[in-house]
Amino acid sequence: MTDTSDLRSPTPDPYLSMDLLRFTTAGSVDDGKSTLIGRLLYDSKSIFEDQLEAMETSSKARGDENVNLALLTDGLKAEREQGITIDVAYRYFATPRRKFIIADTPGHIQYTRNMVTGASTANLAILLIDARKGVIEQTCRHAFIADLLRIQHIVVCVNKMDLVDWSEEVYQNIVKSFREFSSRLQNIVEVTFIPASALIGDNIVDKSTNMPWYQGPTLLYHLESVYVGADENHVEARFPVQWVIRPHSDEWHDFRGFAGRVAGGVFKPGDEVQVMPSGFTSKIKAIYSMDEKLEEAFAPMSCTMTLEDEIDISRGDMIVKPNSPPEPSQDIEAMICWFSSGKTLSGRGKFLLRHTSKEVKAMVREVKYKVNINTLHKIEDDLEFKLNDIGRITLRTSAPINADAYKKNRITGSFILIDEHTNETVAAGMIL
Amino acid sequence: MNYTITHLKQLESEAIYILRETAAQFEKPVMLFSGGKDSIVMAHLAKKAFWPAKVPFPLMHVDTGHNFPETMEYRDAFIKEMGAKLVIGSVQDAIDAGKIKEESGARASRNGLQTYVLLETLEEGGYDAAMGGGRRDEEKARAKERFFSHRNEFGEWDPKNQRPELWNVFNGRKHFGEHFRVFPLSNWTEMDVWQYIMAEEIPLPSLYFSHERDCIIRDGVIMAVTDCLELLPEDVPEKMTVRFRTIGDATCTGANLSTAATLEDIIAEVAAARQTERGTRADDKRSETAMEDRKKAGYF
Repeated sequence: MTDTSDLRSPTPDPYLSMDLLRFTTAGSVDDGKSTLIGRLLYDSKSIFEDQLEAMETSSKARGDENVNLALLTDGLKAEREQGITIDVAYRYFATPRRKFIIADTPGHIQYTRNMVTGASTANLAILLIDARKGVIEQTCRHAFIADLLRIQHIVVCVNKMDLVDWSEEVYQNIVKSFREFSSRLQNIVEVTFIPASALIGDNIVDKSTNMPWYQGPTLLYHLESVYVGADENHVEARFPVQWVIRPHSDEWHDFRGFAGRVAGGVFKPGDEVQVMPSGFTSKIKAIYSMDEKLEEAFAPMSCTMTLEDEIDISRGDMIVKPNSPPEPSQDIEAMICWFSSGKTLSGRGKFLLRHTSKEVKAMVREVKYKVNINTLHKIEDDLEFKLNDIGRITLRTSAPINADAYKKNRITGSFILIDEHTNETVAAGMIL
Repeated sequence: MNYTITHLKQLESEAIYILRETAAQFEKPVMLFSGGKDSIVMAHLAKKAFWPAKVPFPLMHVDTGHNFPETMEYRDAFIKEMGAKLVIGSVQDAIDAGKIKEESGARASRNGLQTYVLLETLEEGGYDAAMGGGRRDEEKARAKERFFSHRNEFGEWDPKNQRPELWNVFNGRKHFGEHFRVFPLSNWTEMDVWQYIMAEEIPLPSLYFSHERDCIIRDGVIMAVTDCLELLPEDVPEKMTVRFRTIGDATCTGANLSTAATLEDIIAEVAAARQTERGTRADDKRSETAMEDRKKAGYF
């Protein structure tokens, strides 16, 4: 990467060296989620005067006593009328260190599909616990979804500490019971506990003076400093080809570039590569980001590669390294979340399966079990998937896909199922 | 080794991925181009995505006829340099042909008429995906927008029945007559756009930089005096030092008092701003759900 910021201004502009953190929040009306997001946005000066005025006007019209910060995230008419968040809302704020993308999702069980959607691109999840209520069913559900979607960093924010007299004992009990539950989860790398009061502002942006017994970071400090660079897989090289660039111009007569976004590993000019599924090998000639030649490319960079040899490569193929190829397979075992409200899934359903840039037909061979996402118990007597159901199935595809385990790679380990007749996205899948 | 990239590179990489996905998944995509900074950034990203080949789709300008001359000059030079084809959907032509009726009075706006012309031009050209520079941070209804946003055969948006989008797998499948709107800049903020313009040294229309011009203040919004703005008796034009944060139809895009003459100045101004950029858009002020209502009907 060339950073030219220092060429333009005498002091390097911090905005040009910021990185990005995507996080998700899930919660219902009462646990203070909107207040928390409102505080992060407001204290980082990301709420503007005209937005605040619009909120004040709407709050008054609704008869709310204080400015209702939920009105900021609930953007659709139906959401404001019903006072609930229906869809995933994306919010943005930045500090001099990082830009943040919040996928704000509703917490109720009927919106599991929205939580799954929001979690799919997040590096970190904030789980809100009301200090008066402790770990409840909803907490476990959110933790399960975060774990299923392989969010590696969890922040358990024990909110409303002001309502339990800032009690360390209450806080420690919650920490203990969450740890008991989370020991059954598999993917979470790091759990950070923060006692807070979003309403008063304690430990959100500013350190609390009410809880001297807590020595850890504030929420914002943690969000700014948590290291997520290791979340991508930089070992097994994966480059799904999206588009083949053939300029047909005099200047670039023989140019054949393979365009895509690196999904894993590190590619460098000179590296030996293998093309899946044909298995042909070649060497990387050059890697371009427009007219700039790159020394290396890694996830999540978009680039264009040229190879030394003329090999037939098209969209849907994958360029990998021969020392760690994916396993092309027609038999896929996966956890899925069912998204369709109109259709259900029972054995032998037929769908289109989209995996990276490849689309194949797929048939459900077996439904193994569903999961009760509140208790984590397996359900084996009712195997029909309805909206929001999560469970394990096996699929047979019409052609091999270059599958990785979702645990190893979130991009090459995930797929969606599409109903051929309605074109609806009916399920999200994570390969086991 | 530290394998991280800056937030601007992440956003760039994501947008390029979306643009390539659009070219691959649709038969006849088109890119909407208004001459505003967001569409300029989007077109710049398209150049990057397909280099050294030409961009594999045309650009479309929905022309309200109420243009700042600076925007038109910029548009023509930009498209020539890019070697792209330009498709124009003309609101004036549609009015002249009696297909749509113009609002009357000094506060009349051609904003609503754009939707008709946009849908008609898409249909006439047989375009099945229209890429737009809309961003989720612009407005609350846009915060719920997808990257690949489905439109029914009437061009309408159904916000309650959108396809879920997970990871970076996008579903652009559709029935005959339906189309998609695609928003490669969904995750960008106004600040990101400005930082990117500076980092990439992208030239912009002069309207974005501070200059002196005749303006009036109407309903608290500073409006530039142009040939297409109808003046009321109480309107007294005066010289002001202004710049534009967004550029749209000249009759409904307000200016800001500003002395920001360079990109550095503008970034400092955006960082300190306490109003959203659409705060000066008269078209959004018509009602609380003005944007959601227009989007449902097929607006950008």
